Amino acid sequence: MDMNQKGLRREANEEAQAAPLVPPVDIWEDNDGITLKADLPGVAKEGLAVGVDGETLTIEGAVSLGESAKLKDVYAEVRVARYRRTFVLGRDLDSEKIAARLKNGVLELRIPKLEAAKPRRIPVRVA
Amino acid sequence: MYPSLTAFPGDLFAEFDAMQRLLGMGAWQPSSIRAAARGAFPAVNMGTTDEAVEIYAFAPGLDPAKIEVCVEKGLLVISGVRASEAPHVSDNFHVYAKERYEGAFKRVVGLPEEVDASRIEATYRDGVLRVVVAKRESMKPRRIEVNGLEQIQHKQ
Repeated sequence: MDMNQKGLRREANEEAQAAPLVPPVDIWEDNDGITLKADLPGVAKEGLAVGVDGETLTIEGAVSLGESAKLKDVYAEVRVARYRRTFVLGRDLDSEKIAARLKNGVLELRIPKLEAAKPRRIPVRVA
Repeated sequence: MYPSLTAFPGDLFAEFDAMQRLLGMGAWQPSSIRAAARGAFPAVNMGTTDEAVEIYAFAPGLDPAKIEVCVEKGLLVISGVRASEAPHVSDNFHVYAKERYEGAFKRVVGLPEEVDASRIEATYRDGVLRVVVAKRESMKPRRIEVNGLEQIQHKQ
């Protein structure tokens, strides 16, 4: 889960004056856990860091477009080459078993619930 | 239930706008007539090198075979459809956030005059569409030899 954090930190220092972009996300929950999808266009596997510290989930990504150094900007809507977003996980989620998948610039996280936290049907006995 | 999971994302351009206001560059600053409203999908960057004009469209989660890229009368048009991936709210799902763009999209970028629209290349990597349009040979910067007076006289 802790991929390339050092590299990201170094870049973060260099660009510390510009706030990172906040990637848009979709989040939904089913009986077994939570699924999170985040748009991180331009982030390769090497530039992605997903980490959990206590109950805090952090997603960080560095944009690498592979453009030539001679490229001069004419017009830019994306002006920062970093993404960062943090979430607080509930205690009912199993942060040890988070699965991450990155495809075409979309990160998909699956955060399962702890067994104890899964919904159970409580049988009602007729007295 | 998880309020922090549903916090709305910050505005990418807020800082830039604030800076512009600070510098007294307000609404009177001319902008391209085709510049889209902020937050348009996909976001587009454009840059130039000596050889080509490069356009980057930040369009993650697409099938590259279904992205339409065409050039018409000096305009580059990028269009397609991004399907919805989040499930609909039902008994089995709670949806906490649905911020990612879904549906049809189309962005139009005016190309500079010096490009050769017949030499255009598009690649899709890590959710970014990169379109490289070559510049016309006659428009590329080149070095002109400066002849001394003597050399010219020799030729006569």
